Amino acid sequence: MNSPLVDIRDLRVKFSGQRTVHALNGVDIALSPGESLGILGESGSGKSVTLKAMLRLLPPRRTTVAGSIAVDGQDVLAMNADTLADYRGKTVSMIFQEPALALDPVYTLGHQIAESVIRHEGCDRATARQRALDMFERVRIPSPARRLDAYPHEMSGGMRQRAMIALALACRPKVLLADEPTTALDATVQIQILLLLRELQREMGMAMIFVTHDMGVAVEVSDRIAVMYGGRIVESGGVADVIKSPSHPYTRGLLASTVHGAMRGTRLEAIAGAPPSLATAPTGCSFAPRCRLATPACEGAVPPMVGVGPAHVARCIAVAPAAA
Amino acid sequence: MLIYLIRRLIFVLPIALAVGVVCFSLVHIAPGDPLVSILPPDAPQTLVEQMRKSYGFDQPMPVQFGIWLGKVVTGDLGTSIATSRPVAGEIGKAVGNTLLLAMVATLIGFFFGCLFGFVAGYFRDSVIDRIAVTVSILGVSVPHYWLGMVLVICFSVLLPWLPATGAGPGSSADWRWDWEHMRHLILPAITMSVIPMGIITRTVRALVGDILSQEFVDALRAKGLTDGGIFRHVVKNAAPTALAVMGLQLGYLLGGSILIETVFSWPGTGFLLNSAIFQRDLPLLQGTILVLAMFFVAVNLVVDVVQTALDPRIKRG
Repeated sequence: MNSPLVDIRDLRVKFSGQRTVHALNGVDIALSPGESLGILGESGSGKSVTLKAMLRLLPPRRTTVAGSIAVDGQDVLAMNADTLADYRGKTVSMIFQEPALALDPVYTLGHQIAESVIRHEGCDRATARQRALDMFERVRIPSPARRLDAYPHEMSGGMRQRAMIALALACRPKVLLADEPTTALDATVQIQILLLLRELQREMGMAMIFVTHDMGVAVEVSDRIAVMYGGRIVESGGVADVIKSPSHPYTRGLLASTVHGAMRGTRLEAIAGAPPSLATAPTGCSFAPRCRLATPACEGAVPPMVGVGPAHVARCIAVAPAAA
Repeated sequence: MLIYLIRRLIFVLPIALAVGVVCFSLVHIAPGDPLVSILPPDAPQTLVEQMRKSYGFDQPMPVQFGIWLGKVVTGDLGTSIATSRPVAGEIGKAVGNTLLLAMVATLIGFFFGCLFGFVAGYFRDSVIDRIAVTVSILGVSVPHYWLGMVLVICFSVLLPWLPATGAGPGSSADWRWDWEHMRHLILPAITMSVIPMGIITRTVRALVGDILSQEFVDALRAKGLTDGGIFRHVVKNAAPTALAVMGLQLGYLLGGSILIETVFSWPGTGFLLNSAIFQRDLPLLQGTILVLAMFFVAVNLVVDVVQTALDPRIKRG
């Protein structure tokens, strides 16, 4: 069996400073070329930290990273500054949540895309600009040639996010990381951007990790879904498996608390309690304090991943393992 | 851009008029009779009246202002009471010297201010940062006439390396770019550069810290830019504000160099203003204040235009 394109093993991230936060407590992700993984979780569950760790964008002075991240056979955590800069944007690139903040306000969009192309491919300005124009056409920005000379503040939110996608895809990365790219957009624009992303991802044969807190969005763009809670993946499997037969109590709670499929007139079910503080590394199941099925054993040790179906696993001692 | 420029120029007119009114009336509100300084104390009353008439001081204030304004617009700032020479000529010579000193000082201050500011902003909370902040606070707080005197004591008296006064060998007031003249510029320029240096250091440090904490810097890293590439983005983001602060400092230095020019006997407008005040030379005083104020207005205009050209977010409408 060939090794996956992205292979993250037991990734742990700790922020120290005025407050210590154990943001990631052992995350494993394996992703094949062309595969799309949706990471689902609430604020503070470690979704964005996982993406940032993959590009080593976390502030080095305050962050302790353990475990391993291998992308395309390269050990990301061992890279020196030059290799890292070559890897960023070329092998793995990222779309940010708020394009208005993630684009430099004083350079034109065309310049920012061309800059990336020149950086990685060493071509001349005219070629890079042509590439930027091609990308603008692919993300379907109207009158692309004119928009290349626009500044970020001159575009609408949806157009800015299209430009951000064009920027991220300009150097044909093997892996695309998307950090809640539609959260800041209107609902109607949201679905356009999602469909566009999905289409481009398939066309260009990229692997994609898409982070969101919105179940509907995750279903739309993913082949597989991983649910994160308290800095760990608590359940992962194919989209249909996770949605139709959620195994982890947290996933069930999430599904029960969405409007999708709920009967009119019935009350939505909320998960009681608040997310864990993560000031200390959790020694047991982080969800136990909020879980209805919790037993004393849940707090005793971190539950192992249990297979609940083909390629469908959950980190809960209360679920019955699938018959082998 | 051209329409923007024209609009900005039109906006300057009412400001200039207001400046003119303030200049004119300030001097007349000030106590002291200008004629006292040129006439002997025992001058006969008829002579005093005659002099008053010839300078136009007997007219009502608005009429005096109208006459004064009419002349100013044509470039005639009147005649100095003390020297009986045209004020415009006196100021013209002094302005060149002041511009030279203020510009050199601002450039020195801007260069070191940006250098310290960038280093401090990049290495926030490091030892270098603390040193830069301390130096900048000292620069802003130290009285510059005192610093000027200390420098004179050190480098002119104890170590006879540089001249303490004047703008050239002997009492030459005509500037030339040779070592003999430039030696005279060093001490006053350094003294004067300390304030803009401190202010620009603090501004640039805050700017760089703010820019580096923005998400687009992460995004630039994420697309593979090296530190050098990111530096270019930081510079372009910081430039409009840094240049605006520099322009304002230049404006302040043009007008506020009275103390330094007096300490170093630098034949500029500040020196001129100082002597005009002591000699109650009203036309000279009015003319100098007006010219300095107009400089400030002009510098502000240039800063605005440059800022608009650099920062696409500022509307040109």
